[in-house]
Amino acid sequence: MNAMTQDGYVTADGRQIGPVVMELRNITLRFGGVVAIKDISFDIRQGEIRAIIGPNGAGKSSMLNVISGFYHPQDGQVIFKGQVRPAMKPYQVARLGIARTFQNIALFEGMSVLDNIMTGRLNKMKAGFLSQALWWGAAEREEIENRAAVERIIDFLEIQNIRKTPVGRLPYGLKKRVELARALAAEPNLLLLDEPMAGMNVEEKEDMSRFILSVNDEFGTTICLIEHDMGVVMDLSDRVVVMDYGKKIGDGTPSEVRSNQAVIDAYLGVAHD
Amino acid sequence: MTVHTTPPGDLQSVPALLARNVARFGDRPAYREKEYGIWQSWTWSQAADQIRALAMGLMAQGLKPGDHMAIIGRNRPAHYWGMIAAQMCGAVPVPLYQDAVAAEMAYVLDHCGARFVLCGDQEQVDKVLEVEQTTGASARIIYTDARGLRKYDHDNMASLADVQAQGRAGAATLGPRLDAIIAGLDYDSTCVMLYTSGTTGKPKGVVLSNRNIIETARNTAEFDNLTEIEEIVAYLPMAWVGDFIFSMGQAMWSGFTVNCPEGAHTMMTDMREIGPTYFFAPPRVFETQLTSVMIRMEDASRMKRWLFKRGMAVAHRAGPALLDGKTVSFGDKLAYALGKLFVFGPLKNTLGLSRVRVGYTAGEAIGPEIFDFYRSLGINLKQLYGQTEASVFITQQPDGQVRSDTVGVPSPGVEVRIGDNGEVYYRSPGTFVEYYKNADSTASTKDAEGWVATGDAGFFEEATGHLRIIDRAKDVGKMADGTMFAPKYVENKLKFYPNILEAVVIGNGREFCTAMINIDLTAVGNWAERNNIAYGSYQELAGHPQVYAQIREHVEAVNASVAQDPMLSGCQVHRFLVLHKELDPDDGEMTRTRKVRRAVITEKFHDLVTALYDGSTSIHTRTEVTYEDGRKGAISATLRIEDARVFGDAARQKVAAQ
Repeated sequence: MNAMTQDGYVTADGRQIGPVVMELRNITLRFGGVVAIKDISFDIRQGEIRAIIGPNGAGKSSMLNVISGFYHPQDGQVIFKGQVRPAMKPYQVARLGIARTFQNIALFEGMSVLDNIMTGRLNKMKAGFLSQALWWGAAEREEIENRAAVERIIDFLEIQNIRKTPVGRLPYGLKKRVELARALAAEPNLLLLDEPMAGMNVEEKEDMSRFILSVNDEFGTTICLIEHDMGVVMDLSDRVVVMDYGKKIGDGTPSEVRSNQAVIDAYLGVAHD
Repeated sequence: MTVHTTPPGDLQSVPALLARNVARFGDRPAYREKEYGIWQSWTWSQAADQIRALAMGLMAQGLKPGDHMAIIGRNRPAHYWGMIAAQMCGAVPVPLYQDAVAAEMAYVLDHCGARFVLCGDQEQVDKVLEVEQTTGASARIIYTDARGLRKYDHDNMASLADVQAQGRAGAATLGPRLDAIIAGLDYDSTCVMLYTSGTTGKPKGVVLSNRNIIETARNTAEFDNLTEIEEIVAYLPMAWVGDFIFSMGQAMWSGFTVNCPEGAHTMMTDMREIGPTYFFAPPRVFETQLTSVMIRMEDASRMKRWLFKRGMAVAHRAGPALLDGKTVSFGDKLAYALGKLFVFGPLKNTLGLSRVRVGYTAGEAIGPEIFDFYRSLGINLKQLYGQTEASVFITQQPDGQVRSDTVGVPSPGVEVRIGDNGEVYYRSPGTFVEYYKNADSTASTKDAEGWVATGDAGFFEEATGHLRIIDRAKDVGKMADGTMFAPKYVENKLKFYPNILEAVVIGNGREFCTAMINIDLTAVGNWAERNNIAYGSYQELAGHPQVYAQIREHVEAVNASVAQDPMLSGCQVHRFLVLHKELDPDDGEMTRTRKVRRAVITEKFHDLVTALYDGSTSIHTRTEVTYEDGRKGAISATLRIEDARVFGDAARQKVAAQ
């Protein structure tokens, strides 16, 4: 069995992951009479790739929105780095070091790739309005520093050739990569990816998987992702949470989840006799 | 006998040239590389410091004189430095093609017995490790880009930066040892070993000495007045002799700046930013550029199309004449000046060719129309003819004597003669030393007097003294009726059409010629998009009836033009098909330098060849393909075979035969 301690955890394939960074305790989220998430608890550990899977309408995206602080659950607590997190505005969440990408790409279509990624660094820019407008002193210094950081990400994700291309002209797979770049630009310690591979072909999926793994590997970023493609999830993740109709039906390593009867039933359907 | 010229002073090795450049051009830029969106540059002094640190580090890591060090990666200053550093240690640099799959690399790594491998990134390291698992060899790996390699076992691996640091730390003891080795390098020490891509058989390791490289670089730099102010963009595979001679030989000799692009995809932007003054590209690069220009013009507004058409008409009329310094009427001069202002000036700038003073193309015959296009823009594009064994240069065109159908006069210091069978022979200071560990091949290629057979058939034009190459000597054949069969001649005509990427003409010993054609996905895809033709795959597009109709038009136009030449009119294409996959070096159908391997293709697609000749109108075939990671798969398709109209005698014969 996997050895589990308070600050260390060894996954099935021998990868050491860190202590708990975020704990979700008995989360319940309702939209009027609709219960999107029902009493779910799980945790995310430092440096791991954590996947949330489930059939359509299982409440995965709602869960991610709870983690990102966009939704405030009616019941339950989100404990981030040992402290109960109060209801927050999205920019406050971003300052905590949580960044995300969206299921439907949310980039500025008319802006260049570079400018889009630069927006990811907005929370690192402190220069005043006047200084920004005149591009003088602190503003100039800041922009140079931030541009350097952005260029490292461009290099990392191998999108140098589209640096100056307006995002609207890019194919889907590349837009997804740009969105990942923008999230990375914020130098997050927790990165949330909402279906990073939806609608991609096999090659694009392979590329994206490679980038997700290298982000995790190089920067030590903790990643929580939602994904439909079971093959991808099983290959990428350290641990998987399975949801169905707002409830948690499984939690564990990919192999544990795969042999879980409830999960098999949810995915393959179950005979009603 | 090879002419043994006296070496210029003490400049008998690349490290010696480096020292001279530091003394003479110390603060001028030697290398630039675009990284993180900015051109980073190193002066000769800075570069020399980096190279020395690397050399000392390699020495500390155990690189010994006589060792071979493989270099696998894209064009980066660090990789060029690695080659010089290896020379400083008395070792032999062996650059390899970075896009080769592990299996191809295995042969070369094993053949040269590389003790050190300089890898560009994780991908290359993985390939080397894969090779070592099968061969059991264990080379020390030095890598430039550390991404993804952090968690690898570092017992037999180190980063380039660490090696340099190690070298700097041990400078006190390593420095004098290194200086002693450098002082011992002379004209006969090996400068580099390059593996020929080989259209047939296993690659051969061509050993080139300092004499070969430095003499050739000096002669040709003088031929074109290359000085330290030239700018070149290093983007061709480092394993190719051309890149070595331009980015290393001539750059070292003349002291000019080598600019490395950010990556293959940013090449066009980087070219535009640098604006090279000296530019070399194989015909394919020019073809691709022209295709993309034509596509973009077709997408442009009417006004722009009209302007482009008018401008190019003037350019075709006056451009080449102006370049060659011939007299041009005042009206044409004026029109050309206007065209330059509004059309080809901006176009040249977009292509990054504004500042090109000397441009060369070689490696394959270039389509006359493509060649003329660039010449008429006012780009001094010339042809040269060469091969790895000659340190590139055999013949080249002097300024003002440029034509698309010749390859120029013998380069300075090169003697050329035509053998009895029409084959071209040469001997020069650049003639290679030997094929590594292959005395038999050396003996059969280079005779006792130093003459080397090129394998190409050609002749000297009496009027101009220019050499004309007809085809590979072994490719030139005879049709069943005894007329000459020169496939390359027809293929080049076909390839001028932007829609056609590659063509293979078959017909040696046959009644008539047939062709297998590859469409150019960029051009045809763009056409399909504009005409609302939906397609799901390359294969589907290639088989589309309208695509076939277009290709047939092209084939017939080529037939009409081939029919003009009585000697070659037998080479008209009677039947053709459009291939369902692109010919690819990974499948062995082309060399890494993208020359078609005729024998491989006719054997691999033997069922298609049979169908081309047995009169059938369609054929079902299954082809093995290799993916980029080396895995194999198969695709199957039903290809249509169509007849094309032929002209002149051939047409009459065809009627008679029926």
